[in-house]
Amino acid sequence: MMVDPFVISDYCIIRQNRVVKNGNTLHESDETTVAGFLTAIYRHFGINYPKFHKMDNLCKLGFLAAEVLLNHSNLKERYHGDKVGLILANAASSIDTDRNHQLSISNRLDYFPSPSVFVYTLANIVIGEICIRHAFLGESTFFIEKSFDPGRMHHYVYQLLEEEAIQCCITGWVELDSDRYEAVLYLVQKSDIHPDGIAIFEPAKMNEIYLQRT
Amino acid sequence: MKEVYIASDNIITSLGFNTVGNIENMLSGTTGIRYWEDGRLSPEPFWASLVDTEELTGRFSAFNNPEKFTRFEQLAICSIEDALSATDIDIAGDRTLFILATTKGNISLLGDGQSTFFKQEQVYLWHTARLLQQYFNFSQKPYVVSNACISGVLAIAVGARMIRSGYYDHVVVTGVDMVTEFVLSGFNSFRSLESGPCKPFDRDRQGLSLGEGAGTIILTGSPLSAGGIRTGYGFSSNDANHISGPSRTGEGLYIAIRNTLEKNGLLLDYISAHGTATPYNDEMESVAITRAGLQEVPVNSFKGFWGHTLGAAGVVESVAATYSLAKNLLIKTQGFETPGITNPIHVIGANVEKEMRTCLKIASGFGGCNAALLFYK
Repeated sequence: MMVDPFVISDYCIIRQNRVVKNGNTLHESDETTVAGFLTAIYRHFGINYPKFHKMDNLCKLGFLAAEVLLNHSNLKERYHGDKVGLILANAASSIDTDRNHQLSISNRLDYFPSPSVFVYTLANIVIGEICIRHAFLGESTFFIEKSFDPGRMHHYVYQLLEEEAIQCCITGWVELDSDRYEAVLYLVQKSDIHPDGIAIFEPAKMNEIYLQRT
Repeated sequence: MKEVYIASDNIITSLGFNTVGNIENMLSGTTGIRYWEDGRLSPEPFWASLVDTEELTGRFSAFNNPEKFTRFEQLAICSIEDALSATDIDIAGDRTLFILATTKGNISLLGDGQSTFFKQEQVYLWHTARLLQQYFNFSQKPYVVSNACISGVLAIAVGARMIRSGYYDHVVVTGVDMVTEFVLSGFNSFRSLESGPCKPFDRDRQGLSLGEGAGTIILTGSPLSAGGIRTGYGFSSNDANHISGPSRTGEGLYIAIRNTLEKNGLLLDYISAHGTATPYNDEMESVAITRAGLQEVPVNSFKGFWGHTLGAAGVVESVAATYSLAKNLLIKTQGFETPGITNPIHVIGANVEKEMRTCLKIASGFGGCNAALLFYK
């Protein structure tokens, strides 16, 4: 019997004021702002990571989705840090912080560009934040697409796994644009290392997870 | 294994609108980094490498109406048109992919509240990529790689993977970024800009020079329509150390180089470094190169000629590096005079002929990202 070489071992969805992992709603909130909701998640899960408070909202969103996704995953015992990859995408890049930085330079009489804001005007900083937190050193790429395309994401991640550039991958969609936000992360592992995944790593499964009601 | 060839390329910077024009200026020791006083870009005077606007719009007029396209789009279109003109590859089919590498795209539209002609939607990178897709009639949905200053190198590595996997026959990789008030003010706030043309790997280097440009590499799996240079495997690695400062141990860059050399299994003749000329970046690169045992391999940086072109850097510098490889001609590191790095790597100080078979392109960026990519004959 053919065994599929890669499995989705876990997934995490953060949208519409809910945090869902592997089909279970872990947290719901009635916060009315994105920032308020993100802080509520941080508190709810008892995370203690002071750097969180310096992050912009896009990084907070991706960071929290990764925290929930990787909780109890024991990745450090299974993989070297340089074999764990992060392949993410979104539509708006870092537009939220871009607007903040733009605001700081829009008036010549009140000109206050700040390095601590400017550094977040890149979408891939969220990858860096997750790598720092978990000591992941592997392959990473940030793609921009109008909407999440599980088939294309699967295709590239599959290639990286197949050529053994990585053995494990956190992949998915981390989008934040003003008050709209959505994070959907998948943890993909080799089935010989993690045989009891919740689904085969394939585009249809990724799509089914993405489209589920949360 | 399926081989990936470079069919055609282009570079647009302050030094010229095609590859040969840029190379000729570099060989004669000309830098495009100049002193500017331009209130639209910065309240203070600054040093940068800027593409001549009059020449850009003049050249673009041969293709379309410059008033209908942003400066970013004009740069991208001119670069792709020039690369396409030198190859007979048919890009119209569904076996061709377009990849755009950029950090900030049309970001200046954000500050352009008065503009009624361009839509705010155009600030989104996916929109820019789709506009270019439609302009050139690429049938497949384009990819955008936006991964700080390794975007260009990464986009070529992604493109080569797409051909190796058999999904596409040809990939057009274009990297573009501009010098905008957005970016100038940001790097200024970091105090990482040199007060003059930057000096990669030099003892007196104090910072980078920003530059703008566009570059295109057309990759193909078909050897019949290609020149002699091939693209090998490329890898990235994260430092997992700091979001804006390079790792002191060069960990991520070292891993990216190590993985690239192991997978390709070829000896190196030349390294095209990132070489931004910030004190920390150049030091970090010298550490990583030394850790990989490559301290004898000749290394240069092109940034003293055209500055740091951000997301375009990996593409324009890969084109220049593969030109060197094809012609067996190493180009000097403009701005480098006195060695100023702890690890004594072999920085190229003068143009020199050298028989070469391989070249490694490396890059590093904010977010702790690093990439390495091999080219060979």
